[in-house]
Amino acid sequence: MAKARTRGARALLWLVVLFVALGAVNWGAVQFDEDQNASWTPQLALDLEGGTQLVLAPQVAEGAQVTQEQLDQAVAIIRQRVDASGVSEAEITTQGGQNIVVAIPGEPDAATMQRIQASAKMEFRPVLQSAAANAPGATPEPSESEPAAGEDPPAGTDAWDQAWVTPERQAAFDAFQCADVDTTVQAPADQPFITCSTDGTARFLLGPVSVEGADIADAQVTPATNSQGQATGGWAVALELDGDGPASFEAVTRAITGLPEPTNQFAVVLDSTVLMPITSNAVITDGNASITGGFDQASARSLADQLRFGALPIGFVVQSNETISATLGESQLQAGLLAGVIGLVLVIAYSVFQYRALGVVVIASLAVAAGLTYLVVTFLSNTEGYRLSLAGIAGLVISIGITADSFIVYFERIRDELREGKHLTSALETGWKRAFRTILVSDAVSFLAAVILFLLSVGNVRGFAFTLGITTFIDIVVVALFTHPVLRILARTRFFSEGHPLSGLDPKALGAVYRGRASFRAPVVEGKGKTSSREAQRRQTIAERKAAGDAPVGAGRSGSKGEES
Amino acid sequence: MATLTTIGNELYTGERSVPVVQKRKLWFLIAGAVLVLLALGTVLRGGFVFGIEFTGGSEFRVSGVADTSDGPALDAVASVVPEADARATGLGPEALRVQTDEVTDEQAGEIRAALAEAYGVETGDVAFSFIGPSWGADVTTQALRALVVFLVLVSIVMAVYFRTWKMSLAALASLAFDMLVTAGIYGIVGFEVTPAAVIGFLTILGYSLYDTVVVFDKVRENTAPGSSGTFLGQINLAVNQTIVRSINTSIVAVLPIASILFIGAFLMGAGTLRDIALALFIGTIVGTWSSIFVAAPVYAALRKGDEIKAESALPKRERGAVV
Repeated sequence: MAKARTRGARALLWLVVLFVALGAVNWGAVQFDEDQNASWTPQLALDLEGGTQLVLAPQVAEGAQVTQEQLDQAVAIIRQRVDASGVSEAEITTQGGQNIVVAIPGEPDAATMQRIQASAKMEFRPVLQSAAANAPGATPEPSESEPAAGEDPPAGTDAWDQAWVTPERQAAFDAFQCADVDTTVQAPADQPFITCSTDGTARFLLGPVSVEGADIADAQVTPATNSQGQATGGWAVALELDGDGPASFEAVTRAITGLPEPTNQFAVVLDSTVLMPITSNAVITDGNASITGGFDQASARSLADQLRFGALPIGFVVQSNETISATLGESQLQAGLLAGVIGLVLVIAYSVFQYRALGVVVIASLAVAAGLTYLVVTFLSNTEGYRLSLAGIAGLVISIGITADSFIVYFERIRDELREGKHLTSALETGWKRAFRTILVSDAVSFLAAVILFLLSVGNVRGFAFTLGITTFIDIVVVALFTHPVLRILARTRFFSEGHPLSGLDPKALGAVYRGRASFRAPVVEGKGKTSSREAQRRQTIAERKAAGDAPVGAGRSGSKGEES
Repeated sequence: MATLTTIGNELYTGERSVPVVQKRKLWFLIAGAVLVLLALGTVLRGGFVFGIEFTGGSEFRVSGVADTSDGPALDAVASVVPEADARATGLGPEALRVQTDEVTDEQAGEIRAALAEAYGVETGDVAFSFIGPSWGADVTTQALRALVVFLVLVSIVMAVYFRTWKMSLAALASLAFDMLVTAGIYGIVGFEVTPAAVIGFLTILGYSLYDTVVVFDKVRENTAPGSSGTFLGQINLAVNQTIVRSINTSIVAVLPIASILFIGAFLMGAGTLRDIALALFIGTIVGTWSSIFVAAPVYAALRKGDEIKAESALPKRERGAVV
């Protein structure tokens, strides 16, 4: 008995440790978070907070699969675009291994939306002119005139032909403001156009496209070598072209190599801005070029990635676009919470109705489960960026039922054992052993469902599966570390051990017949009773039998069995 | 407490018994008839009603309105895009949902302004969403994949735990019954199938099996090697002994779902909460029925003629751990 109590106390101690640990981790996150994002409340998803959520699905050529690498690159590109539009706190994530979800607080303007949706396009264009960026506002010019440059073409014949530089284009170029770059508008491939470097420090007048991004076969980071083939210690990007690439690249390098700066350069254009101008030092005939020039490994990697993925024809289609006003979000949150409160009250009322005093154990266990869930969700929100959505809240509310189900499975098991005529203490232990197995396997099934839903699903389903999974796990923790230990301790009180009618464990109400202190005669059971009492005897360790004390429970029962049959 | 407990006592001892196994042909007949009726009804009613997430289109939600009549909404939409096929539904006491064919972003902006004016609210209170036709299909494809993977894994888990594939098979049969009946009720009533409904639908998986596992665990215990009585008799006793438990767990499971459904349907109108809860509500109730009247009879049918093994069939340690 004393042993049982210490074991119960130890389990409760573990629970306290768990609580303190989770609390401490959260405290740490709140205290030491540099961005000040962490808090003691979970972050809310857009459907509760208000905002806009775009789900973008990649369009891949010929039904090919999108790789995670491509997706990550796409996320990086979109993040650049969103950041460039001045929207803060946008969250861009991949989902289900194929979609990109852009969540923006508030309501983005049309230009931002356009920018997000535009597909990345990479191309090489010869540089006709370049200069440092104009100071903002220096020479204001109606911005409409610039893209119109291609309308009056006394056109050059080749992409690098200086004949493209008409006086109009020259004027537009001279006046060009980098703020006017519109990355959503694709310049016509057969016309020159004016743009700036991605960082906005230089402006360029570029000729028509000479190499399409689609012709880039590969780009790899390699150690740079000098003309003798010795490593220089720097880094280079090895570019490999296929398709029409080698021929057009040969043509452009043949034409511009040796020309004066900046006309000996071609520009790597991504999303209508110049990633970098590259000086052509040699005629490349086989489509394999090495780009060098002051790279460190990281910048070489970045360029290589951009060349590789920027070249891929991934476009995005907007699969869904949802705007939730802050008021609607708030009322959804309130509705979800209200549903939770009502559900909780109903479950508690039913538990008290069915299990009387044991209902109090249900209430306490649910409170512990709720506390743990709150801490875990907050913790994940602080560290993993988890955001609670309406579907997530629904999952939490539904989990009240699942959690309470475990208690019922346990209580009913104890009642079964009491019906067999066992004393409460041993009924508790055998009931627990059996019930915990049932709870484990049925929770394992639920957990499996949640994990698979989470891994294989998109959108709302994830938030739901996530909370369902967490709460299933917490259910096991609570029933093992709280409900069972507390029952053990309660079983020592007279109220429960003597089976007070209001205890919910009254052997008389359960059909077991009172035989004397701590011993009950088994009710009439055909077949079943015999096995169970044998099993029970087997299960009881000698220590337990001794502990059960005053009445030889097993013997008493088989005796009574004999009388009845 | 008294009545349910008394019934529980009588079911436990076998004094009172529901002929789950003996009358299994009757239960199969009922299950089959229900499925056929639902299938026929669904076909006659014209198949499933798919939400905007599956068909594609634009949706506006006006919140904080004083009057949820749909006339002004339809006029507002018509004033911007006359050919758009608009449908308006009230969402609770002070919100309204307007669904139209796909409109351009510009048109959407104008419709929002028009709706705001028609209902005397701020433009910010008119939420707009656009859903491409592939969205719902995408969710569903993923969901179906999840379903197949889940079924395979869970059959293995159950077969290993119960040490017999027959229980896996019976559990899957009752799971299939739950899903078909839930789908059938959606079809016959014409409830809108939305991604949220698909979520609820998938959650039935976990629930339905939870119930079945509880019943089967008792069956396994009662039919453990060395138990007396016939196999089918012990299955029947086990089911009867767990009926009260099944009822209690189901009621407790359904209560929060019902509260979400109530709040979702009456306060929020159509939306995530209602759709998740509706599918689950139906599924949980059907699941309780099927864990008793489908899973157990199917298992009994599979075990017909089998006998409970003698006690020595398993090592001693194994016996001690029987559950």
